Amino acid sequence: MKKVTWETVIGLETHVQLSTRAKIFSGAATAFGAPPNSQACAVDLALPGVLPVLNRGAVERAIRFGLAVGAQVRSRSLFARKNYFYPDLPKGYQISQFDAPIVLGGALRIVLADGTERTVRLTRAHLEEDAGKSLHEDFHGMSGIDLNRAGTPLLEVVSEPDMRSAAEAVAYARALHALVRWIDICDGNMQEGSFRCDANVSVRPRGASDLGTRCEIKNLNSFRFLERAIEHEVGRQIAIIEEGGRIELETRLYDPDRDETRSMRSKEEAHDYRYFPEPDLLPLEVSAAWLGEVGASLPELPAAKRERYVRELALPAQDAATLTASRETAEYFEAVAAGLAAAEPTGDRAAQAKAAANWVAGELAGALNRADVEIGASPVCARSLARLIARIRDGTISGKIAKEVFDAMWAGEAAGDAAADAIIERRGLRQITDAGALEGVIDESSPRIPPRSPSTAAARRRRSTISSARQ
Amino acid sequence: MFDASLSELADALAARRLSSLELTRLFLDRIAGPGAALNAFITVDPELSLAQARASDRRIAAGEAGPLTGIPVAHKDIFVAEGWPSTCGSRMLANFASPYDAHVIERFNAAGAVILGKTNMDEFAMGSSSESSWFGAVRNPWDAERVPGGSSGGSAAAVAARLAPAATGSDTGGSIRQPAALSGVCGLKPTYGVVSRYGMIAFASSLDQGGPFARSAADLAVLMNVMAGFDPRDSTSLERPAEDYARDLARPLKGLRVGVPAEYFGAGLAPEVGSAVEAAIAALERLGATRVDVHLPNAGLSVPAYYVIAPAEASSNLSRYDGVRYGYRAAQYDGLVDMYCRTRAEGFGPEVKRRILVGTYVLSHGYYDAYYLKAQKIRRLIARDFAEAFARCDVIAGPTTPTAAFRLGEKVEDPVQMYLNDIYTVAANLAGLPALSVPCGFVRGRAMPFPRTRPGAKVACRSGSSSSATTSPRRGCSASRTSTSRRPTGTSACRRFLGEGLRA
Repeated sequence: MKKVTWETVIGLETHVQLSTRAKIFSGAATAFGAPPNSQACAVDLALPGVLPVLNRGAVERAIRFGLAVGAQVRSRSLFARKNYFYPDLPKGYQISQFDAPIVLGGALRIVLADGTERTVRLTRAHLEEDAGKSLHEDFHGMSGIDLNRAGTPLLEVVSEPDMRSAAEAVAYARALHALVRWIDICDGNMQEGSFRCDANVSVRPRGASDLGTRCEIKNLNSFRFLERAIEHEVGRQIAIIEEGGRIELETRLYDPDRDETRSMRSKEEAHDYRYFPEPDLLPLEVSAAWLGEVGASLPELPAAKRERYVRELALPAQDAATLTASRETAEYFEAVAAGLAAAEPTGDRAAQAKAAANWVAGELAGALNRADVEIGASPVCARSLARLIARIRDGTISGKIAKEVFDAMWAGEAAGDAAADAIIERRGLRQITDAGALEGVIDESSPRIPPRSPSTAAARRRRSTISSARQ
Repeated sequence: MFDASLSELADALAARRLSSLELTRLFLDRIAGPGAALNAFITVDPELSLAQARASDRRIAAGEAGPLTGIPVAHKDIFVAEGWPSTCGSRMLANFASPYDAHVIERFNAAGAVILGKTNMDEFAMGSSSESSWFGAVRNPWDAERVPGGSSGGSAAAVAARLAPAATGSDTGGSIRQPAALSGVCGLKPTYGVVSRYGMIAFASSLDQGGPFARSAADLAVLMNVMAGFDPRDSTSLERPAEDYARDLARPLKGLRVGVPAEYFGAGLAPEVGSAVEAAIAALERLGATRVDVHLPNAGLSVPAYYVIAPAEASSNLSRYDGVRYGYRAAQYDGLVDMYCRTRAEGFGPEVKRRILVGTYVLSHGYYDAYYLKAQKIRRLIARDFAEAFARCDVIAGPTTPTAAFRLGEKVEDPVQMYLNDIYTVAANLAGLPALSVPCGFVRGRAMPFPRTRPGAKVACRSGSSSSATTSPRRGCSASRTSTSRRPTGTSACRRFLGEGLRA
């Protein structure tokens, strides 16, 4: 019998915490890490008589997202109450959007590790409030409730089941993470829970058109956990089916310490949330004028930038993808390219861009990675890096020496835009490119060595290296 | 003094014939003395009230008085007030003191009015008799064996018995108008959104509306001028320029088209109530109004639709009373779920539980479309009925309740009979319309005031004023005269709402 091969089908639900200063329905602050219950006002505590008032900033961020993914931003959407009891849900219901979300459809383009591009369709994105936190430690048999997070604005982004592997799911999550930071609607801090994923995972025989029964895995707050949880879950499901079992529709929790998922609640235990339209809020109306205003304020988006880098700067797709991994990276790269263009007004823009791309995606990215530093906090600024590259391109130093200079700049040996020049001078790294002068030096320093010595040959080789670097 | 109108009291205070301190003491003594048997108040706190009175006296002395400065007003215990217990008539909140003021309380405080006390009410405003309060039933000042109506029965009884010059209430399905009718006073449910719900403990958010009780339409207008107004903290609050509710009080009724819906005079209406309301409408005609027959064909569906929508919203609104953060928590429990169960079993009374159960049921998976969604459709039909009727008339007049006040305990065991008391009032809430009840006579023999009702704000005050002038119960009724065998009745009117915010 032919062995069945399995296809994995994954859809993600991502909670994106919106970067408003105040909560979605109250004026309390959203800052992370404050003493418990110090950022919960009467509305967040659900005192008798309080009412929600929608934060315009949260809506604007949802609109930004909708426009950025090419979705329909609905002119009229509704809030609904999702009813369930839990101690950290003060009202006994969560205000969310149910059958009329603000953002409908859209798509996200993702780049896989091998550079191939894919499109993941989005189902919807809706606004809702976060719950508080239950703290089960330190209270001697009781639970503590911290309502600082209660009412924090979230955008829940739901994808279609378009991903076929854990790697694709991670690529999607990374692209979404980059996008929400790019358009400045979320700080993206995963440790603080600003970006959290739930994965819906199922398997089916390759070639089948029906979807298998899915399990939802909750609590995935890092890309690594997302990947491992999906891989584990896929293995678990295949094993069950191959042993003749059936997958039960259920919610599972990923435990990173044991690297496994375990059942949280089955279909029978699923809540009936008794959704109904939130009567304390009017329908949310987004005018065409507001849409236009928000649209005009959006930066150039990563996919558009990526295309432009390939088209206008003739960068390879892979480089373009690397340079648009975050808005900071792209801005840094563009600043380096601009610095080079300023240093060489008549130079070839594509060659300048390529040189800038090589350095930003190569040496700089490596150094940032080793030091675990964000590009925004790079000790070598874009203008000084541009000056360094300009020194290679004008033949002052070789590419190899440039790396030494870069390391010295990174170490802070000199500061300012002209740091590279200072280091080159101080360390005497200026290379001699005049062949006559070079030969003179060689003659002086090695009078006893006959002509055509190996070092002369080495000097010739270096010269050709230099000239090729100058092309 | 106890019969003085709000403007007469304001004049007396301004002329320094009387201080706010004296006036407040007079009413406090009356509440504690002859009024005590009515159980109209849950909380009276002379110290707090008198401190406010002193401050108001200083304000009057400084020449900074407004129309309500120094005048004591009783507030339904559904409005939270800082420094006061705010119980909503429930054991669940018997120990709850709000750290903030309701918008309505803020407005009265800013106007210099004195909080006279927090009035008794059906638990969480669920009831038509003020018998479901954790703090005991309220009695009708006209007949202590009868109910004052509900849920704002404490406010209605207090105003009727002259324990307060005026009071506030809330109306979700008739909770201002029905007790006003059964207690023989005037009560107004404003257009949805006119009075902010901020700090008014929610029963059914899309229907709840605060409003005033007083003994005349003129006094209602004074109160509305303070209570009404946009509040950004209530997203359903109407944003429109302030208006003077007293502006049209003296306007003649000539040309006013009074719509009379046949559906409000059918089976179930006590004949003596029907004839009193007919007499009141005839009085309006004598004053120049024109009677127009109108139809509200879906009127019969309003009670069933209301008793789906209101419990649905209530079941969700009351989820916050879980024993976790404030209010009642069971003394003994075993784990979280048991804590929830016992807290809510012990903290809520039977009527509240009944409505939570009904509301949970109609929102449940598989029943939502059949009940909640259908009720919302009926709600739109009812609103459309009114819109069509108002094409032919300016106000609609009819009885507020089918009967005059019933006996304590008479309907407690039969919720459906209790709910049918709202038959003429709930439609205005479903449609968001303003509605007013003014007294229009007495039922002889078994004796109680009775009501008529009329959806409509400014004109409602105007017609209310004139009809109450011609049909109001004699002045001077009081707690000491509850042995009288007369029961007032009221007539109700509702008016076309001026294009704003009809919710569906």
